[in-house]
Amino acid sequence: MNVNLEALLYLVAAVAFIIGLKRLGSPRTARNGNMISGGGMALAIVVTLIDNEVSWAVLVAGAVVGSLIGAVLAMRVKMTAMPQMVAAFNGFGGLASALVVGAEFLRGDGEAIFPVEVILTMILSVFIGAVTFTGSMIAYAKLQGLLSGSPITYPGQKVANAALFAGILGFGVWTQATQQSLPFVIVAVISLILGVAMVIPIGGADMPVVIALLNSLSGMAAAATGFVIDNSALVIAGALVGASGIILSALMCEAMNRSLTNVLFGAFGAVSEQSGPTVHGDVRSTTADDVAIALAYANRVVVVPGYGLAVAQAQHALREVASILERRGVEVRYGIHPVAGRMPGHMNVLLAEADVPYDYLLDLDQTNAMLPRTDVVLVLGANDVVNPAARDDSGSPIYGMPILEVDHARTVVVVKRSLSPGFAGIDNPLFYKDGTMMLFADAKKALNDLVAALDLV
Amino acid sequence: MPAAVVIAIVVFVLASFVGFELITKVPPTLHTPLMSGSNAVSGITIVGAIVATGIENNTMAAVFAFVAVAAAMINVVGGYLVTDRMLGMFRRPKREDPK
Repeated sequence: MNVNLEALLYLVAAVAFIIGLKRLGSPRTARNGNMISGGGMALAIVVTLIDNEVSWAVLVAGAVVGSLIGAVLAMRVKMTAMPQMVAAFNGFGGLASALVVGAEFLRGDGEAIFPVEVILTMILSVFIGAVTFTGSMIAYAKLQGLLSGSPITYPGQKVANAALFAGILGFGVWTQATQQSLPFVIVAVISLILGVAMVIPIGGADMPVVIALLNSLSGMAAAATGFVIDNSALVIAGALVGASGIILSALMCEAMNRSLTNVLFGAFGAVSEQSGPTVHGDVRSTTADDVAIALAYANRVVVVPGYGLAVAQAQHALREVASILERRGVEVRYGIHPVAGRMPGHMNVLLAEADVPYDYLLDLDQTNAMLPRTDVVLVLGANDVVNPAARDDSGSPIYGMPILEVDHARTVVVVKRSLSPGFAGIDNPLFYKDGTMMLFADAKKALNDLVAALDLV
Repeated sequence: MPAAVVIAIVVFVLASFVGFELITKVPPTLHTPLMSGSNAVSGITIVGAIVATGIENNTMAAVFAFVAVAAAMINVVGGYLVTDRMLGMFRRPKREDPK
């Protein structure tokens, strides 16, 4: 194929990715956009196959293995396990980029002298790809529960990580100067170690930021590989993914009122940072029957789901309660905090899976605008995101974090197993407020009880 | 610096800005499909992996190419399929829902 024609076809593929992203701007067009993007990918693959000498044995074997694994994972994965899967996919992306560059380095066979800019981008690509790979595997292990979600720290950790990074720089310079494979391999190995070292001190609650960041890195790795093999499709696609991950990590940081450096290096939740004055007072405990009456006679109910709801697999029971209420003429909406799930937008997917229409899923600002005109708020497995201390108590570790201001509603019903503090280990004054009723139960059992109780109202 | 590298840098920077503009318009509801869809797009490394299978007389490079093709295809196939599966779950309110 003509070189120019090839470049133009890669451009068409890149445009398809851009259109795909653009159509992700609305749930109505998103699915179609995903297909357009997939079409672009298919085109890029076909162009590459036509235009290159390939080893069909290696290619077909790899493609069959990869496609099968990918398809099985995609069809089988539970929506609750989505964060792990995205983490693992980020890792595979990084691994692929690092290996492509490793193979290109071997192509030189120790004799070819790469131009400066090529060897530099090779080092960069291997570094980003390797860090993304092992970092993602640790994130996967933490989310999957194979590793403890609490931060793993040791004295001198930051110094050790800085030393690793310095090592990469040093051996990178050596590689660049001599073009030998030994320092290049050492760069790859230290990068693999650095990926592990960077992610182990980050706590489970901060994983949404980490996955988003690794998502970005997997894009950067692809873009760097694009520089190495001089392919604009990789550069453009990598840049798009890189931008996406950075925006999402920034949004997550904002939602937690934390800086990115604090998330990455703060080891949040390692020591129990108790808030100064722990609130104590009387808690009003209630029963499913009373809650059913309050809900049934409300005009508007806002449900605030937290990750506890997903853990209890109670989305479907929630939808059942909502359907009964809607049949009675109650308006039911869902207030979703950006960090409600284990990754950006996770809770929305879990509720969509339970057949909640997307128009009913409200973001932070929409919910807070509605709460003063809401009769009952049902808090299910959420804790820190409704903690008024984040707004009122400047001594609280979560002070300044944007919250769903559920205490502005007339009545708040908190469904929770016990008064134990949440993920971040912070006491919640909401539980002791006058307008708050506590329903002590597992979310799923409470919702099933509510279904039964609503039948009798 | 050769012209090809300069052009690649120009393309990278402009594409990043396009990415920022588009992604800030994706509503929070679709952030998870956005991430899995990004996974799929970063599977574009498959192009590099396919090229790498053509490297001859180096067994190590062939092993790298094989794993790279497999890993990239996991992203491409898995990424697009799971994104489609998720987006299929997003529905509008049904007509029969009460007012």
